[in-house]
Amino acid sequence: MALADVPLKRFLAEEIVPADNCEISRLIFESHDVQAFSQVSHMTVGQFRDWLLSEDATREALSSVAAGITPEMAAAVSKLMRNQDLVLAARKIANVTRFRSTIGLPGRLSVRLQPNHPTDDVRGIAASVIDGLLHGAGDAVIGVNPATDSLAQTSLLLSRLDEMRHRFEIPTQTCVLAHLTTTMQAMNRGAPVDLVFQSIAGSQAANDSFGVSIALLDEAHAAAQALNRGTIGRNCMYFETGQGSALSANAHHDVDQQTMETRAYALARRYQPLLVNSVVGFIGPEYLYDGKEITRAGLEDHFCGKLLGLPMGVDVCYTNHAEADQDDMDGLLTLLGVAGCTYVMGVPGADDIMLNYQSTSFHDALYVREVLGLRPAPEFEAWLLRMGITDETGNIITGCSGSATELLAYGGSVDGL
Amino acid sequence: MAYEPLDRLRNFTTARIGLGRVGVSLPTTRVIEFQAAHAEARDAIQEPFEPEFLITELREFSPIRVTSKAVDRRAYIERPDEGRRLDSASRQSLTGRFDCTLILADGLSARAARAHGAALVRAIRSETSDWNWAPLVIAERSRVALGDEIASAFGSELVVILIGERPGLSSPDSLGAYITFAPAPGATTDANRNCVSNIRPAGLPIEVGARKVVSIARLARVRGLTGISIKEDEALALHGGKLQPIAAKDD
Repeated sequence: MALADVPLKRFLAEEIVPADNCEISRLIFESHDVQAFSQVSHMTVGQFRDWLLSEDATREALSSVAAGITPEMAAAVSKLMRNQDLVLAARKIANVTRFRSTIGLPGRLSVRLQPNHPTDDVRGIAASVIDGLLHGAGDAVIGVNPATDSLAQTSLLLSRLDEMRHRFEIPTQTCVLAHLTTTMQAMNRGAPVDLVFQSIAGSQAANDSFGVSIALLDEAHAAAQALNRGTIGRNCMYFETGQGSALSANAHHDVDQQTMETRAYALARRYQPLLVNSVVGFIGPEYLYDGKEITRAGLEDHFCGKLLGLPMGVDVCYTNHAEADQDDMDGLLTLLGVAGCTYVMGVPGADDIMLNYQSTSFHDALYVREVLGLRPAPEFEAWLLRMGITDETGNIITGCSGSATELLAYGGSVDGL
Repeated sequence: MAYEPLDRLRNFTTARIGLGRVGVSLPTTRVIEFQAAHAEARDAIQEPFEPEFLITELREFSPIRVTSKAVDRRAYIERPDEGRRLDSASRQSLTGRFDCTLILADGLSARAARAHGAALVRAIRSETSDWNWAPLVIAERSRVALGDEIASAFGSELVVILIGERPGLSSPDSLGAYITFAPAPGATTDANRNCVSNIRPAGLPIEVGARKVVSIARLARVRGLTGISIKEDEALALHGGKLQPIAAKDD
């Protein structure tokens, strides 16, 4: 039977990955909301596509059906959708989350400020943070990937980022993207953890290879909730995903990589995360060969994540061994901006000098905000104006004035230890 | 056009900060600089490995040359599974039993292995001269997991593979070191490994990288495992390294 004619109900009767040895499959079945599903339960995959694109699928309708959609249904319908369908349907969905800023409102595009440094040098990281803030980036999170998974370094970075956030009263959240077990240790030692980060995938076996499980994620989530550090909301988890991770770990159960990716979203939504993004081109040409495949996958991941109820961002990126370049990134970034993407990355000059790949830059984020009239998170937008970084129209002020000069001075004074 | 005040902060990082703007966009010179760096990184991936050079350079460690099942560079990039398996002739050349195996591999940057591999091998071996090491293995078109098969051929409890990392725009010559205890071909996952990344003169200096690798390897042999339960702090503490203070909760 052709995919378009498969009834959505069949995805509830058939185990794509056997539930006996996969806790993600069990989670998908156990968390399925029958009432939410009832609105679309009579449809085939093809009819579901038609409905998603129709006027009937309003923002409210899409929101109320999310808990009834399984990852496999989302992956199936996305396979019948052209790029423009993925853009149009995703654009209708708004999944709003809050911690110290409001993420995912229509007409807004947030930026994760990613100030990585190859040796975790605190002054080097601070310099990139300041450059990013002066470009209006950082409203999704200021999030550092540590070069090494060390409790001491993670704790140090958490403290320094928190000090800077306090000092300038920045309405955002900070995160050190260490392994969840390191972050849990840091929380136990009293480090200022806003968000718990973890890479996740769509099968128990793949998550094993990441060293995580539902039980461990539950524990970390409860610990972060208990800290209660959010001022306007309690969404406190940050997840990254990416097509190919299950295949790379030989944990894909012969299921295609895009379906495996959407299964990771079922795990993510258990925790009502503040942020979720696919790191779409990071895995390399072994899994997404060129700019065309990266573009397609980015749109699929964004749409499927949003359909399942997640505040979906995308790390628009590529590695140097992929057949891709800046032109491909410009295309995908623009498409995602049109599709109502929640947030993108902001890396100085698009060059991540620690992870060795190219993502989007502060300038790229400004570009897509400019051409599409998108604005930062409202709390952060007000802060940018207050700091003298932007003017009344939201444009970045050339040169440095007002409180922004204090930011610059701070950059030279950070103690590197 | 440029944020001149940011010039001072550029001393603290090689990240591309303070690039200036024309409107919201990058100035022309910055765009061209980026394209040149991208071209250089692309070239680094295609460069040949020339293992003969390393075999001569490192002859004191009786090197053995092996290749994966990937027949050429394109197959290597497109088929990671082939890069994780030894070709059968290579398998035959690995004889004897040794506690530990050290491998130098091209990975995605042959340039890194050629430029810094010999120094890193020497630094690691000089700190562990009392260990029962297998002959040094020089591996071509190798993924990290190829080390599992090599080590199990030697019956080794520990494998360290030094491998060219995928070239970054600003770092075409970076080595990564992966340390795995009880490597099991096909069964060992990344969660069972520890990694020291970005080893190169402009990143983590060779001597510092070697010390980290040896610290982790030593702790792995004491505890009989590697992976996420081994944190670098503990490894360095065992090694007599300095631990950073843990910050106090401040709100």
